[in-house]
Amino acid sequence: MIPIERRSFLALTLGASVLAAGAGRALAAAGPVKGGTLIAVINPEPPILTNTVNNHFSVNVVSPNIYDGLLSYDQQMNPIPALAERFELSPDKLSITFHLRKGVTWHDGTPFTSRDVAYSVLELWKKHHPRGRTTFGDVTAVETPDASTAVLRLSRPSAIILNALAAAESQVLPAHLYENTDPRTNPRNINPVGTGPFRFVEWKRGEYIAFERNPTYWDAGKPHVDRLIFRIIPDAASRAAAFETGEVVYGPFDPIPLADAARLRANPELALTTAGYQWLSPFFTFEFNVKSKIAGDVRVRRAIAHAIDRKGLIEAAWYGFGTPATGPIPHYQKAYTKDVAGYPFDPAAAERLLDEAGYKRGADGVRFALWHDYSNDTESQQNTAEFLRQNLKAVGIDLKLRAADLPTYYKRVYTNYDYDTRSGQFSAMIDPSLGLYRLYATSSIAPGVPNTNGAQYSNPELDAVIETALRESDPAKRTEAFHAWQRIAMTDLPNIPLFELERVTLHSRRVKGLEDRPDAAFSSLKNLWLEGGA
Amino acid sequence: MTLFAFMLRRTLAAAPMVVLMIVVNFLLLKAVPGDLVDVMAGESGIATVEQMADLRARFGLDRSALDQFQAYLSQLLRFDLGFSFRYSRPIADLVLERLPATALLVTVAVLAAVAVGVAAGVLAGRRPGGRFDRTVSVLSSLIFAMPSFWIGLVGIVLFAVHLRWLPIGGYATVGAPGAGWPHAVDVAAHLVLPAATLGLGYAALYARVTRAAVIETSRLDFVRTARAKGISETRVTLRHILRNALLPVVTLSGLKLGSMLGGAVVVETVFSWPGLGRLAFEAVADRDVNLLLSLFLCNSLLVIVMGILVDVSYAALDLRIEVTS
Repeated sequence: MIPIERRSFLALTLGASVLAAGAGRALAAAGPVKGGTLIAVINPEPPILTNTVNNHFSVNVVSPNIYDGLLSYDQQMNPIPALAERFELSPDKLSITFHLRKGVTWHDGTPFTSRDVAYSVLELWKKHHPRGRTTFGDVTAVETPDASTAVLRLSRPSAIILNALAAAESQVLPAHLYENTDPRTNPRNINPVGTGPFRFVEWKRGEYIAFERNPTYWDAGKPHVDRLIFRIIPDAASRAAAFETGEVVYGPFDPIPLADAARLRANPELALTTAGYQWLSPFFTFEFNVKSKIAGDVRVRRAIAHAIDRKGLIEAAWYGFGTPATGPIPHYQKAYTKDVAGYPFDPAAAERLLDEAGYKRGADGVRFALWHDYSNDTESQQNTAEFLRQNLKAVGIDLKLRAADLPTYYKRVYTNYDYDTRSGQFSAMIDPSLGLYRLYATSSIAPGVPNTNGAQYSNPELDAVIETALRESDPAKRTEAFHAWQRIAMTDLPNIPLFELERVTLHSRRVKGLEDRPDAAFSSLKNLWLEGGA
Repeated sequence: MTLFAFMLRRTLAAAPMVVLMIVVNFLLLKAVPGDLVDVMAGESGIATVEQMADLRARFGLDRSALDQFQAYLSQLLRFDLGFSFRYSRPIADLVLERLPATALLVTVAVLAAVAVGVAAGVLAGRRPGGRFDRTVSVLSSLIFAMPSFWIGLVGIVLFAVHLRWLPIGGYATVGAPGAGWPHAVDVAAHLVLPAATLGLGYAALYARVTRAAVIETSRLDFVRTARAKGISETRVTLRHILRNALLPVVTLSGLKLGSMLGGAVVVETVFSWPGLGRLAFEAVADRDVNLLLSLFLCNSLLVIVMGILVDVSYAALDLRIEVTS
């Protein structure tokens, strides 16, 4: 028998484990495993399967698996090819030429051509897409010199079109199935035919939506999984249980109650990420009706901004899923500036401002009362309202809470303007010209339309800045416009952006290939694969 | 013939009630703030005044309430339930697609609850104050006190997450064969937890009602007479006591079956069961008035039909009751 010294034994086992680790890396480097069924969960159930006529987030999560955009975007929001292999902007910036990928077919076998692009831009995006009306409003014509070239003609330069061509925003739909129909009721909206990585199989309402791999997808080798299922599980606690049993392996947009996130994060089989939502740039805001007597006084608004403990709010009501905001544009955006008026948590400063404004505490310690409207569809929103009430009570403001379901809340805030303050989520969008103007532009005071300028705030100086941000093609000047926007917004304070929201994606550790691109939560799942395959 | 005449008379008598229901439902839904267009514009995150006006015109929401009501009535008279703009589909399709799941769930839950509840009630009622009686009382009180969504979640955590005996929810395994015996077994496995959750509350109720009825009936003269005739105790219990004690249970389960549309909403949500209750619940949140009106109508018709069936079954159970036209 040969005696083995302790040290050499150690060296041997160490060597073996290094080898094993090396083998593991080699396996991983061998690349994604093919096959299997990926079971995801989406809540609520999407009403239809194309965002052309309804861009609810649930539609945007599911439909990019079926449809492609002309472009896609990388981590820095630089365009990368999708249905268009490349594009050129003319020197006068009044035409954009897209060179389309050749050999792409629709799921029914019909070839994809420039006719589909022309139809989608002019008849679908410009006329029916909720945001497309603004984004593509300046497109006057789409020329199709040949089957693989589409030229967009613009009446004036646009800074936003090239940021709005992902499948999550502007989906290219089949002209041969949509022409001469009403796109809002076209049966293909619920039985779709696209060019994307997955083909539609069936939709059992209230149960699941099933897709299969598109074997002729243009991005060779993708998608990795054979089948993709979106299950519909309406109850949040049941969704958490489905993750625990492994019945569901992927879920974007807070699939579980935030209260359960800590427990599930500790589960060795599950992982949680908040990446992939920067496209939306969501934040939570406290808005004032500036036409109401008390909230119309900017000193009152600034006092309230000082009275709110944002860190405490994030911990208490959002389980830590948030970052205090300094303005309406989140800190991770290129357009962000921290050089704005700040409102640190300081109840004493708040009380001083309120005294100066002439609102002294009464005999009961109350200065005045304000109505606060919100929709109580999540526990976090209810808890937020109660937290805000406590914060404001400390400085002598009686915040009277008035919860309602969404349609009732919309009516009260955006049609009747019958409120003093409200709170809720808002999406600035990765290009704030796509989203943020709704809160601030005078032109966005639209009675009856939800998520517009419910504050009825109007400042011509800011309107000019917003117009510059929408039109300016020089990136430096555009960034300067965004900075001015944030400065004016935080000085006039028609709303107080309280914190940047973090949305949660929960997934099994068996799911590989997740991306952290800004629109990952809204992208097709073609890059995902399952460890161990089926 | 009398039976047929009875049912005909009851059906005709129900007609004014149905008309009244239609009017009241319509008025109620029109009084709710916000409409489908508000919901769609809100979830899109962005919309314009023109776009919303355009949608309202398309959905017929821009017309006066009276106009809308007339259009709805003329649609109904043609046996057309209308179109759901929310789902881009005819409402009749939506309802028929969801009906089987709810009918299966509620029927199984009610039948199982009747079996369990009546058995427990009879055994408890035979010896009031005995050990079994006290156990049943405590259990049924506990079940009454627990909300059904909580019972459902505990069931999921115990039987689906920890023991892994049953699926956490849904109607059938996704991707499994959709027909034949394997499918039936699959659906049955998915049905166990929701039906048990729904049925537990019913069973507790039936047990209490049966127990009370059994105790009361046991004291009546005809039972004493039956015993005096030397009929065995089992036969007395089954033929004489139970038959009479069943009447309130029949009434209650008939009502439960009649209100299946609303009654199963919580259980359908917790167990992802694709039934009508959830459809109605979502339609309220979506302000899908067309769909809701149809669901309310179906529900009121069902209640009326179950009411007639309950009356008919009374006659079968208690020979002193006759159906007369």
